[in-house]
Amino acid sequence: MIRGSSLNIFRDILIKLRSPSTLRLQRSFSSSSSESDEDEGPRFPGARTNWTENLKFRHSDDIKPLPVYRVMDNYGKVIHPDQEPKLDSDTLLKMYKTMTLLRQMDLILYDSQRQGRISFYMTSHGEEATHIGSAAAVDEKDLIFGQYRETGVLMWRGFSLPQFVNQCFGNREDKGKGKQMPVHYGSKNLHFVTISSPLATQLPQAVGAAYAYKRAKNGLCVITYFGEGAASEGDAHAALNFSATLRCPIIFFCRNNGYAISTPSKEQYCGDGIGGRGPAYGIPTIRVDGNDVLAVYNATKAARSLSLEDGGGPVLIEAMTYRLGHHSTSDDSTAYRPSEEIKNWESPSWGHPIARMNRYLTIKGLWSEKLEEEWRKDSKQQIIQALLAGEKIPKLDWKEMFTDVYHDLPMDLQKQMESMEDHLKKFGEHYPLKDFRTAS
Amino acid sequence: MAVHFKSFAQIGSKLRITGSNCNLFGKKSPINSLKTYVRYSSHFTFMPDKPSPSDGETKTLNLFQSINDAMDIALRTDPTAVLFGEDVAFGGVFRCSMGLQEKYGSDRVFNTPLCEQGIAGFGIGLATAGATAIAEMQFADYIFPGFDQLINEAAKYRYRSGGLFDCGALTVRAPCGAVGHGALYHSQSPEAYFAHTPGLKIVVPRGPIKAKGLLLSCIRDKDPCIFFEPKTLYRAAKEDVPVKDYTLPIGQADVLREGSHITLVGWGTQVHVLLEVAELAKEKHNISCEVIDLVSILPFDKKTVCESVKKTGRLIIAHEAPLTGGFGAELSASIQEECFLYLEAPITRVAGFDTPFPHVFEPFYIPTKWRCLEAVNKVVNF
Repeated sequence: MIRGSSLNIFRDILIKLRSPSTLRLQRSFSSSSSESDEDEGPRFPGARTNWTENLKFRHSDDIKPLPVYRVMDNYGKVIHPDQEPKLDSDTLLKMYKTMTLLRQMDLILYDSQRQGRISFYMTSHGEEATHIGSAAAVDEKDLIFGQYRETGVLMWRGFSLPQFVNQCFGNREDKGKGKQMPVHYGSKNLHFVTISSPLATQLPQAVGAAYAYKRAKNGLCVITYFGEGAASEGDAHAALNFSATLRCPIIFFCRNNGYAISTPSKEQYCGDGIGGRGPAYGIPTIRVDGNDVLAVYNATKAARSLSLEDGGGPVLIEAMTYRLGHHSTSDDSTAYRPSEEIKNWESPSWGHPIARMNRYLTIKGLWSEKLEEEWRKDSKQQIIQALLAGEKIPKLDWKEMFTDVYHDLPMDLQKQMESMEDHLKKFGEHYPLKDFRTAS
Repeated sequence: MAVHFKSFAQIGSKLRITGSNCNLFGKKSPINSLKTYVRYSSHFTFMPDKPSPSDGETKTLNLFQSINDAMDIALRTDPTAVLFGEDVAFGGVFRCSMGLQEKYGSDRVFNTPLCEQGIAGFGIGLATAGATAIAEMQFADYIFPGFDQLINEAAKYRYRSGGLFDCGALTVRAPCGAVGHGALYHSQSPEAYFAHTPGLKIVVPRGPIKAKGLLLSCIRDKDPCIFFEPKTLYRAAKEDVPVKDYTLPIGQADVLREGSHITLVGWGTQVHVLLEVAELAKEKHNISCEVIDLVSILPFDKKTVCESVKKTGRLIIAHEAPLTGGFGAELSASIQEECFLYLEAPITRVAGFDTPFPHVFEPFYIPTKWRCLEAVNKVVNF
């Protein structure tokens, strides 16, 4: 791409011809270069580095892969006590209950899609610890931009079961007014920006929001979630680079679950995961065991402080996990991965995030099989109630289709709405009008 | 390089390589003859607007200066407003942001990395978080990497969230249109690509007075706006621009010349071509043309165009962008639907050809006054 106008180019030439550094350069050509010049190292503006006389390429193997930070072992035992976050019992129990509530809601809503009650669903199976650990570690007013598999983050902040269900049904209680597919949640009150389907678009947006927060000096940061597949999009590159050059207080939280639909991560990249890219952009980076809720909590907590230090800057967290469920209700993942592999990750001995947290709490004396059984029944009941209630709520008047395209309804759009109204007067019996009613 | 050199000479200005600077290249350099070449190649004569006496104090500004003035006011009146893009910090490659970083600081007027999808996404995020974002795409030709962000994200933000979130405080500015020698990637007029997207507003000014008022409207509008600046007017267009802070309505066309035989509709630089066509048609053929500047592509002012066509019975739409799928097609179809009984001749479009925008063939590519004049004759004598 040819860039910049001629103005620029000619200005540059003029400046360069006149600049003292050019004169210096010309002088050094005319006299033999002195050793002291050599000692100064290369003067190229594009990098601060040294000279070398070895013809050597740097390979990815030359750099040690980022290790995976963990706090607990696969059986919920804390490895180094000084790494255990000092969380009170209520917080720990809330963490576990949210993880398990999410698991239950996923199971029930997944089934409800299979039964044709909702059109689509995506579970978070296996990634519950990444949601809860990170959500618990940031300020509740920090702005969140997600991808779509961060339901637990919203649940942690208080999005209620009826709110989840109403969005999936697109009924008139859905604050999104039934306009998007299921699981595209959003909440202004809970500072969770509405999800959209195009992958990675939220990343540069989150950077822009972080810049606005920095200028507003509100002491808050922005956290944005994305999968390792989305990290291949151009927008991910844009976001990482912008966040570093513009020093934005943002946490990039990558859920590396091994698959992007059917594509295994080895077909997604050849470097050291997503974390390996952080330092290349000048971003402090950590890789964490995404099935260890305490490790995720610690990493996110520290990342938040780091992002707000020295006026602000980005931090990258890569949480290693495994996508236990199918990609979505439109996907059968056994078509591309062995069921053996899934079984392994489901087993407690591989460190399943819920089993691990369960054991951690049991060791601490905060949880028992009895409590587990009661909570399972109770949570299931709550979800089914929300589902049955949500199903009965009608959808908004079809005229809502025309609102919020613009702040005000343009005249031509108003006319399109009126023509549809006329049409329905004549052909209304062919449309599901009875399901679409204005809130009374 | 040659391309840039010529564009420098045409757009050229205070930094123009004439006079003493020419010595750099030697007095006998062929560069000295370029000014003549440029005048020869210009396909329009700028027809300035007159400010209304009620607008108060005025100042003679060209297009880039009036845009600079609008952004200066936006930054002064809105402490959340920021201006960013490639090379905006030193004043911009077209000088539109001159002096603004010095005045408002490097946290408000700053360079971004060279990445249009990043610029668009970053701007959306700023707007979502409550700031006013003025993003610059260096050339409209390079807006396409940001297409996904603008089409799938910016345009749909309010709708998809049920109004919970919006990026209405985003304005994207982009220099557009023919410049004499910009070839494929410094000449495009991409308005029609965006016009197919509900949720966006698209505005193209014809001169400095309109540019200032419309840009301030876009910046303050509650919807995301794309503001295309005809770059050939940056220096060529001078008007007495009101000094005050003012806005002009988006979605409202201007009838610039009243006539009775035929309606001519265009936007941006093409408006000046059409004004000249109207003059030629009067002089040479005694045809009375009504000339309308559409001003806003989305939403567009169907009412004003319809009223004119109902009076004249004939319509020509002219734009630099290629014919097929150009915005002329939308205008033509919708006017035909509204004005069928009034039309005395087929609605005719005079546009760029369905080719990429060429370099040396530009004089044959653009919808010149002569092509427009021929169309006027054909339509009137249909």
